[in-house]
Amino acid sequence: MLELRNVVKSYEDKPLLTDISFTVSQGETICLLGASGSGKSTILRMIAGLDFPERGAILLNSLDLAQTPPHLRDFGLVFQDYGLFPHLNVFDNIAFGLRMRNVPVDEIKQRVSVLLEQVNLSGFDSRKVTDLSGGEQQRVALARALAPSPRLLMFDEPLGALDRSLKEDLLNEIRGILHKTKIPAIYVTHDQEEAFTIADRILVLHEGTIIRDGMPSEIWKDPQSAFVAKLLGIGNVIDGEVVEVNKVKTVFGVFALDCKKRVGEKAQLLITVGDGKGEEIQLTVEDVLFKQDQFQVKGRGELLIHMKDAPRIGDVITVRVQVKCLS
Amino acid sequence: MNLSSALSTKTRSYLSANSRILLWILTLLFLLSFFFFPLFKILALTFNLDTLADFDNLLVVRDSLLFTFYQAALSTLLTFALGLPAAILFAKFDFPSKSLLRALTAVPFMLPTVVVAAAFNSLLGERGLLATTFNLQPSTFNFILILIAHTFYNTSIVIRIVGNAISRLDPKLEASARVLGADTFHVWKDVILPILRPSLLAAALLVFMFDFTSFGVILLLGGSQFATLEVEIYIRALQLPNLNLAALLSVIQLVFTLIFSILYSRTINQVSTQTAPRFSQARPPKTLTERIFVFALSSLLVTFFFLPLISLPIRSLTRLEADRGQRTEVQYGFTTDYYEELFINRRGSLFYVPPVQAALNSLGFAGITVILSLALGYPAAYALAKPTRLEKFLDPFLMLPLGASAVMMGLGFILSFGRLIASPFFIPIAHTLIALPFVIRTLQPALASIPERLRQAASTLGASPLRVWQTVDFPILSRATLSAATFAFTVSLGEFGATLLITRPEYPTIPIAISRFLSQPGGLNYGQAMAMATVLMLLTTLSILLIEKLRFNNAGEL
Repeated sequence: MLELRNVVKSYEDKPLLTDISFTVSQGETICLLGASGSGKSTILRMIAGLDFPERGAILLNSLDLAQTPPHLRDFGLVFQDYGLFPHLNVFDNIAFGLRMRNVPVDEIKQRVSVLLEQVNLSGFDSRKVTDLSGGEQQRVALARALAPSPRLLMFDEPLGALDRSLKEDLLNEIRGILHKTKIPAIYVTHDQEEAFTIADRILVLHEGTIIRDGMPSEIWKDPQSAFVAKLLGIGNVIDGEVVEVNKVKTVFGVFALDCKKRVGEKAQLLITVGDGKGEEIQLTVEDVLFKQDQFQVKGRGELLIHMKDAPRIGDVITVRVQVKCLS
Repeated sequence: MNLSSALSTKTRSYLSANSRILLWILTLLFLLSFFFFPLFKILALTFNLDTLADFDNLLVVRDSLLFTFYQAALSTLLTFALGLPAAILFAKFDFPSKSLLRALTAVPFMLPTVVVAAAFNSLLGERGLLATTFNLQPSTFNFILILIAHTFYNTSIVIRIVGNAISRLDPKLEASARVLGADTFHVWKDVILPILRPSLLAAALLVFMFDFTSFGVILLLGGSQFATLEVEIYIRALQLPNLNLAALLSVIQLVFTLIFSILYSRTINQVSTQTAPRFSQARPPKTLTERIFVFALSSLLVTFFFLPLISLPIRSLTRLEADRGQRTEVQYGFTTDYYEELFINRRGSLFYVPPVQAALNSLGFAGITVILSLALGYPAAYALAKPTRLEKFLDPFLMLPLGASAVMMGLGFILSFGRLIASPFFIPIAHTLIALPFVIRTLQPALASIPERLRQAASTLGASPLRVWQTVDFPILSRATLSAATFAFTVSLGEFGATLLITRPEYPTIPIAISRFLSQPGGLNYGQAMAMATVLMLLTTLSILLIEKLRFNNAGEL
């Protein structure tokens, strides 16, 4: 089990990570979400041993890793732009980690061919990595990281450079491999779809700390803060003002409040539409967007809802919404 | 396309099909008579039974070849010993006045050999500042002085080629290797060095080639006992005349230079295909070791590159020994004597003219070189900007003079034109031969960059061919032209090897005068050498600055 304990790190004399603590258990995939520049990659670099925390500790199975140099940690790291060795072919790239561990030649051959099959690149052994497509390069990078059977796998926005359909394919492959090998993994991304697809647990990084740590379904139901809701694209976040005890006034009307706020205070609210429950509101349709199997309807006040049938712009429709207090 | 523009394009292409030959003819004739004919003379003299069957000749060839390889190998090693750490310094770290230091390391590359030789002489030579101040007898380390001067010259090549490759190294490669289990040793052995290999090789080849063909530095700092191929050609052409041997030596030299150039262009191609986008990973030094490295190396570089350059003007203004007729009493101090002496034509002096005449000659020759090389370079560059198949084939022949050493060209002139070279016009002709490839390579990209549509647009709007050239080509070309002209001017001002072989005492140039002064005894001669070298250094520096400014402005506009 990997554990980060109160890790602190600054970047160019400004605090970047103020207090990071989390754990990754055997066989678990956690997803680290955050805006760009929030320090996600730095956390991975510190776990890999390429960078050092200023305070706090990183432990593997209760052993402090501070004195272990990166090449002895037995971790795997996959970058967004692959980081493949341009002077080596596909086979030698994948074999690199095995050679560093002085694995016998026969065993290396066997292991590499198994891995190539696993990432659907059988027969690519002697290809130059610079001739491969982005998706193929990332598969090689994945196989290279898997080759030495690492104790932990880290992905730093691995699909960021790929186009959409490739992204989905590769994401499912990674998911399959992680499930099969039971290697614990940390997956860094800013893409909420990727996060929900791959994660057993999602950690949201904001302003130097983990502000939310939970299973995808929990977080979807209850993002708890406006930042998490916005980052993960959960529902609509609107502002309201508490006008009397347990009543909040918004552009859509007055709703009951499910958290304790004093009269006159501002509140941020999560408005979710669907499953026919909640209070009715009237909405003027401002824009309609066709999205694959449904229509995204934009109403007054930037409210987004999804509908099976498309209304016309200017129509007034009635929807039922649930209102949840975020802060 | 409307009728008039169709007509005008048609006329244009018809015209150019015929005039293309005219574009070439003058340049080709020039090269044929002043490069290929002399080259033929040299080859004819080389492949001749008398030359090849003479055992003594072969011994000289063997000895000079061995010594040339020996000094070039040592110089290359020394250049890398300084250049590699410097390349790492510039690629990996940011520090105050970094760009200034980088520019400083590139200055020697553009300086004439006589200036570099004089500069090191002024610092470390027998009459140099250090030797006279600390009472050293440095005449024993002339060989080391040559190696140091070569290092001074070529370090910037290593910094540029290898430094670029290092700064293009994706830092993720090192990270990946470490995470995959590579320790520092394996990171270098299995990842960094293999990736840098082509650039290391290219830099080594280029440095080695320059050291291999070095002439002025070796002759002026070492003297003729350091007989490299080049020096030996000079000796056998003028001092111990054996023209057959000189010809043989220069053919061997040419063969090696061509081999090195081919190897170099192959490796440098690998460098450009392998390098990814640039990763800006330079940062201020953090750890104590890094700080010490940056501080110590940048101080060393400043000292190494600045000291010779500043010591030359200082020495040219310093009296360090007895004046004429006062052999016992030594006067130290500031003096402008050496400069004043340049204007006096003393009886029994080295030349039949006051030394300042050398400066006027140099300027005159440089002027003729500029005109000649532009007149010949323009049409050729014009044709090469959009070459036909035949012209593509001709291109390497235009560039071949680059492979021939200046001393070889001088030898070719002696063999081909005999007594005629007493005429001073052969000097600018030789200089033009050397400058022409550079002039063509400067003009050609500028010419190729002019979109044909612009010309077509102008001619459909009713401009005559002359008017098209005036309104479209000239404004775009004026900078490139000025840059090429300045380049030809600088080359001519500093040219030493070819001039030394064909010059006559009546028409000394600045570099020739410097070398004569340096080879004569006496503090006054030495001082005048320093003064002239200072003047040449200033002229060259001004030219370099002008070229750089033009290049910078060009880049800003495009």
